[in-house]
Amino acid sequence: MELAFLFEKLILVTVLFVLTLSIAAYSTWLERKVAAWLQDRVGPNRAGIFGLLQPLADGGKMFFKEEIIPSGSNKWLFIAGPSLALLVSFLGTAVIPFGQNIELFGKTVPLQVTDINVGILYIFGVVSLGVYGIMIGGWASNNKYSLMGAVRGASQNISYEIAMGLSIIALLLVTNTLSFKEIAEQQHSWHWNVIYQPLGFLIFIICAFAETNRVPFDLPECETELIGGYNTEYSAFKMGAYMFAEYINMFVSSAVMAVLYFGGYNYPGMDAVNSLLGPTWGPVIGVAVMFIKIIAFIFFFMWVRWTIPRFRYDQLMDLGWKILIPLAIANIVITAIVITVVDKL
Amino acid sequence: MLMESLSGRRKVLEQKPMNFWERIYLPAIFKGMGITFMHMFKKKETIRYPEEEREFSENWRGMHSLKRDEDGRERCTACGLCALSCPAEAITMISAEREKGEEHLYREEKYAAVYEINMLRCIFCGLCEEACPKEAIYLDGPIVPADYLRKDFIYGKDKLVEMPIDELEALKGAKV
Amino acid sequence: MRFNQKGNTVAYDMSLFYFVAFLTILFSLLVIFTKNPVYSVLSLIATFFTFTIHYILLNAQFLAVVNFIVYMGAIMVLFLFVLMLMNLNEETEPMKSNLIKIIGVIAGVTLLVTLVGSIHALQTTGVSATPNSEIGLVENLGKVLFSEFLLPFELSSLLLLSAMVGAVLLAKKDKRTNNG
Repeated sequence: MELAFLFEKLILVTVLFVLTLSIAAYSTWLERKVAAWLQDRVGPNRAGIFGLLQPLADGGKMFFKEEIIPSGSNKWLFIAGPSLALLVSFLGTAVIPFGQNIELFGKTVPLQVTDINVGILYIFGVVSLGVYGIMIGGWASNNKYSLMGAVRGASQNISYEIAMGLSIIALLLVTNTLSFKEIAEQQHSWHWNVIYQPLGFLIFIICAFAETNRVPFDLPECETELIGGYNTEYSAFKMGAYMFAEYINMFVSSAVMAVLYFGGYNYPGMDAVNSLLGPTWGPVIGVAVMFIKIIAFIFFFMWVRWTIPRFRYDQLMDLGWKILIPLAIANIVITAIVITVVDKL
Repeated sequence: MLMESLSGRRKVLEQKPMNFWERIYLPAIFKGMGITFMHMFKKKETIRYPEEEREFSENWRGMHSLKRDEDGRERCTACGLCALSCPAEAITMISAEREKGEEHLYREEKYAAVYEINMLRCIFCGLCEEACPKEAIYLDGPIVPADYLRKDFIYGKDKLVEMPIDELEALKGAKV
Repeated sequence: MRFNQKGNTVAYDMSLFYFVAFLTILFSLLVIFTKNPVYSVLSLIATFFTFTIHYILLNAQFLAVVNFIVYMGAIMVLFLFVLMLMNLNEETEPMKSNLIKIIGVIAGVTLLVTLVGSIHALQTTGVSATPNSEIGLVENLGKVLFSEFLLPFELSSLLLLSAMVGAVLLAKKDKRTNNG
């Protein structure tokens, strides 16, 4: 291993880590702002201009609150739950390409931590691991509501993983690769996959809502029925870790959707911009476009949250098993037939 | 059996089975999202409180003030009717006799040396206002501000009595 | 992985292998020795995770990720799910009779003898898959599966399908008795 390579990756990982954390922190701010805007309110506006220091204030509050570990709980697993949730949520960012190869100081640097050739499956695996944080935390709390939240989280994640996987299979028929980098490169300028896979995208985004436990699928932490679900017993920073994990998951799934279906860093007219700005500043515009897409998706997540009420649990299961899975299978069959016919012609 | 509608405004709603578009929910969801999106551009209802204040109604009851008469003397004679009428037991006072040379301070021969209202107990019903024979107490002040300690909510004469007229005039002059 | 395809990282790989192998054995022992079933399942999950690392070290990325998704992400979640609902713990565990213990020991020793015997009989001459083999990459694996091993592959999918149909049949309510 060359030292320079390690150094380059280390810098990239650090930047990505800080970026993910700050995006997650500001997602909490945006969430409250969007909620306020959609409800004709102003939202947080006291800490800094437009309340921009609110995440710092919230974080500080969470650090200094009293940590309570219930006496009947399983102490180690109670701590392991939120830690695991936070850890796993970070893993997903490793394979996402945030931009084209960029030329910096005479070196070509890929803006992706690692381009493994099973990138999509990796993301899929990490997402499926995310439920352990909820399950362990919910069980260790020794509280029936927490346990019910954990059980709901587990069965919901498993159910929607199937539909999500099937919708990805249809996408893979189009892309012929499992590598994120290649998928992003294929969608040059306006050839975004959402044009070829609208139904697949619809299924994917519904499943993404379910996998990140966002409204309308937030049954694991449903306040009205389960008084907070799996995080009922959590306080202070452990509660914050769960919240952070949720927002990081949202960021990762927004990035995945942007890359898989909305072209990632590609945008119409990128060739002209790239030749105009050169190999350093051209990709920077691409990165900016990527982040605009990610933030748009995050906004969409919030927009839906403040519009649609929560599903009932049987409706959730019906939607997952009886509607999304058959639809996804139909999508695969249709895609396969169309590809075969087009290839034959 | 349907009863006869007396008002004549009865509407019979029939529940039709949902058609295809209603059953897949997506059009309804997008419609709802359109509605919430339009709310982003509506006028915000928020009043940024300490800087902006909502207009109070005429019969608004806020913080109490102990009034002075036209010569700037305290009107209260410490009869205790307000304390007696108070349903929340929020008012207490200690009376004192007016000494010679204090005529310019107190209108009556007896006055309240200590007058305390516990703002945490007070329910702002206005019965003290009604009970007062001397028109000395009115609930015409602003909202009682928040504080950190319980003892700081027991308001004494320093907070309740109206400012003397000359000081008020001086303050007004400074403002202009 | 990028590092494995270079010759000069073999020593690095070997030390990593021994470390991961140690973890694998440690966690699998924990599966047996912990009293709390939930701890057992968690150790089993950790064991599967070390398997995933082993696959990556062997450059079998597809297998690694599938192991990760299917075993860690789905099957073990269900295990944990069921165990949490049963709420087993040390106090409720029934005392096992001596007869069962003796039977267990006999069964374990028999398995051990079989394993040792089979390893002895196998007489490995050398590792067939070199670390630089790229058969584990998803493209090559797919090509092999869909050409050379097409029939077994399809047969196994048939097996899965029949299992699925069976599960659906079991879960389905019997209309004649329930709707009476």
